[in-house]
Amino acid sequence: MKGHHILSVLVENKAGVLARVAGLFSRRGFNIYSLAVAPSDGDERFSRITIVVDVESAPLEQVIQQLDKLVNVVAISQLAPADAVQRELLIATVAAGPTERSQVIQLVGVFGGEVVDVGSDRLSVMLAGRPEKLDDFEGLLATYEVMELQRTGRVALPKLERQPNRALRPVRAG
Amino acid sequence: MTAQQLTGAQALIKSLEMQRVEVMFGLPGGAILPVYDPILDSSIRHILVRHEQGAGHMAEGYAMVTGRPGVAMVTSGPGATNIVTPLSNAYMDSTPLVVVSGQVSTGAIGTDAFQECDITGVTMGITKHNWLIKDAADIPRTVAAAFHVATTGRPGPVLIDVPKDVSNATMDWYWPTTASDLDLPGYHPMTEGDPVLVGQAADLIRSARRPVIYAGGGILKARAADALRALAERTGLPVVTTLMARGAFPDSHPLCLGMPGMHGNYTAVTAMQRSDLLIALGSRFDDRVTGHVASFAPDAKVVHVDIDPAELGKVRRPDVGIAGDCRLVIEELLRALDGGAGLPAAAPGGGPRPELAPWWDQLHRWQEEFPLHYDPSDEAPIKPQMVVETLRDLSPADTIVAAGVGQHQMWASQYWRFDHPYTWVNSGGAGTMGFSVPAAVGAKVGRPDRTVWGIDGDGCFQMTAQELVTATAEKIPVKIAILNNAYLGMVRQWQEMFYEERYSEVYLSPDLPDYVKWAEAMGCVGIRAESPEEVAPAIEKANSVDDRPVVVDFLTDAFEKVFPMVPAGASNDAIVVHPSQQEAGR
Repeated sequence: MKGHHILSVLVENKAGVLARVAGLFSRRGFNIYSLAVAPSDGDERFSRITIVVDVESAPLEQVIQQLDKLVNVVAISQLAPADAVQRELLIATVAAGPTERSQVIQLVGVFGGEVVDVGSDRLSVMLAGRPEKLDDFEGLLATYEVMELQRTGRVALPKLERQPNRALRPVRAG
Repeated sequence: MTAQQLTGAQALIKSLEMQRVEVMFGLPGGAILPVYDPILDSSIRHILVRHEQGAGHMAEGYAMVTGRPGVAMVTSGPGATNIVTPLSNAYMDSTPLVVVSGQVSTGAIGTDAFQECDITGVTMGITKHNWLIKDAADIPRTVAAAFHVATTGRPGPVLIDVPKDVSNATMDWYWPTTASDLDLPGYHPMTEGDPVLVGQAADLIRSARRPVIYAGGGILKARAADALRALAERTGLPVVTTLMARGAFPDSHPLCLGMPGMHGNYTAVTAMQRSDLLIALGSRFDDRVTGHVASFAPDAKVVHVDIDPAELGKVRRPDVGIAGDCRLVIEELLRALDGGAGLPAAAPGGGPRPELAPWWDQLHRWQEEFPLHYDPSDEAPIKPQMVVETLRDLSPADTIVAAGVGQHQMWASQYWRFDHPYTWVNSGGAGTMGFSVPAAVGAKVGRPDRTVWGIDGDGCFQMTAQELVTATAEKIPVKIAILNNAYLGMVRQWQEMFYEERYSEVYLSPDLPDYVKWAEAMGCVGIRAESPEEVAPAIEKANSVDDRPVVVDFLTDAFEKVFPMVPAGASNDAIVVHPSQQEAGR
C-alpha cells in the first residue's frame, strides 16, 4: 500500500456522478488504483465512492481539492491505510480436475474462503478479506490454472479506537 | 391557492426573468423551438447571432464588462457543440456564463436521434457544473442553482440541457427562495480568509525587502480593484497586473509595473524573478506568467490568496495560502497591517517603508533601461504598435478594448493604457482566436454608453467576422481595428525565431478578402489605412460613427515581432528584449 491513499467520497446519488469523478481523475492526470461505489448510509440521496489513489501521480491535497470542486461531491474523508478497516472481495474460476480439486478446496479453506460453484473440470471460489490477504491468496492460486479472476476494489471504514474518529479526517464536510 | 400552470418552456423563460436577465444571445433550432416561443412575450432582449460560437463569446464579453452572468441559448447537437469553445474559454478565464441548450426528447436520448449529442457529457470537463433536466418541475430550481453556481465562489460557465418534451410538458410554477431549495448539498464556496493566515501574510509583508503584488483576474471577479489600490498605496508595494488583470490597477499609477509573463515588460518580469515576496492575489501561476516553474522567482516567499482552494499549491507551494474572496481578504489584510506588533507595514502616512527604497531604485533603473520599445516608422507599412498607441490617444479613457488572440492581443495589452477596471476583454487561458468581434459585440451590449474597440488580427477576424452582421442588424455600433499583417503573426514569429524562418502555413493575404468590401457587405462602415499618416484620420472617422459598426483595415508590418519575449518553457531569466536594447543588457 505504499504510495496509495484511500478517499471515502460521499456524493449525490445522481446520474453521471461517477463519470464526473472518473473524468476529473482522467483529465487532471490523477491515477485511480481502485474504485468501489454503492448507495450509502441508508440515505438514498447519497452514494459512497471509495477511491484508492496513486499518490505518485499527484499530491493528495490537490486530488482532494479538485474533487471537492465537483458540485455533486458532498464530503471527502481521507483514510490513512494504517487507521482503516479495509475489505475487498475476490472471485475466481480455477481449472481443477479430480487431482487438483481437493488441493484448491483445501487452499480456499485455509484462507477462510468459499467454493461457490463446482464443475466437472473447474471450480469457482471466493474470498473476502483484507486486500493483502487477497494478494497472498491470489499468489498461491496462481500455481493452478486461473481461468478468470476478479476483484472488487476495496471499501474502507475508520478503525474504532479509544479516541474515536482519529482515523476519519474530514477534509471538507457539508 | 392554486399554482400557475406553465409549460416547461414558459417556466424556463420566466426563471431567466426572475434572475433579472436583460439580454441573451442565441440561435434557435428544432429541439429548442418550444423555448423560443415564449421569448416573443418576454422582457428579455434576444440577440440573434449568425453562429452559436458568436453567442457564447458575446455572452462572455457582456459578462466581463458588466460583472453579470452572460446568457446564451442554442439548440441540440451542432448548436450545442458550436458553443463548446466559448464554454471552454469561459472555464479557463472564470467567466460566469449560463448556456441553455435544447436536447432531443427524453425518450429519444441514447438512440442517436436527429441532432442528438450528449452535450452534458461533452462539456463535463469545461463547465463548473451542468444539468440535464428530465422533469419540467425541476426547471425553476435548476435555473436558480445554475445562476448561483455560475456567479458565486470562483465564477465559471454552466450548461442546462433541456429536452424538447420537458419544454412542452406542463408544471406548477414556483420559485426557490432559500439556499436549501437549490438542492446543492455539496456546494459551499469560500469567502472570508482565515484570520491567522491573514496575520501571517501581514508579517511577511512587513519583513519583505523586495516584495511584488502579483494581481490576477480574480481581483476583477471579486470587484477588488479599490481594495487592491488601497493595499498598494498603504504599503507602497509595486503591483504587476497579469493579462487577465489589465485595468485592475491603473497603468498610470506610479506603483504599477505593468504586465508580467511571456510578453510582459522587462521590469514586471524581472521584479517577480528577483522578489523576496510575491503576494499573489487572484492569480494562478499560469505557465505564461511563470515560464519554467522550477526557476520562477527562486528567492520569493509566496502569499497566495484565491477563492479556489485547489489553486493554492497547484503550481507553486505557498508559504501562506489563503482560500477566500480577494476583496474580503485584502480588507482583512489591511486591518492586520494596521494593527499588530512588529515592524511597521508602511512609512508614516503610507507609502513604502525606507527599507524598500533600494528595491524601488532597482525597479526604476529597469524601467528606464528597458521600457517597452519598437522602432517607429514614417513610411508604410504601418507599425502595429503605433496603431494601438494612436487608438489609445484618440479614444475616450474608459474605452473598452476587446482583443482576439495573437500578436495584436499582446500589442494591445502592452501599448494600451489600462486605467479603469473592466475595460479589457480578452481570451487569456484558452487563447481562442476569433474572440474579438463577438466579445466586442457582447461588451457593447452590456455597456452601450462606452466606446468599444475590438483590436483584432486578420487571421482572427476571418474566424468570426460574421457576427458583424448581427451587430449591424441589432444596431450595436462596435468598432473593429484589424491589424492586418497578412499572416498568422504569432505563429509566424515562432517559426522565425524557433524554426529557422521555415514559414509553414502562416501566410494569409493582405487583400484577400477585401476587408473594406466585406465590412460594407455586412452593413458596416469600411475604412482602410495603408500608411502611417492615414492612421489618425481613419481612427477619427471611425470614432465619429455611432449608428453602425465600423471596420478599419490597417495594413501593418508583417516583420514586427512582439518583444519582450520569454521563449516557451524557458526561465523568465532568459527574457529577450527588443533587439535595439540587447547590447545594453541581454
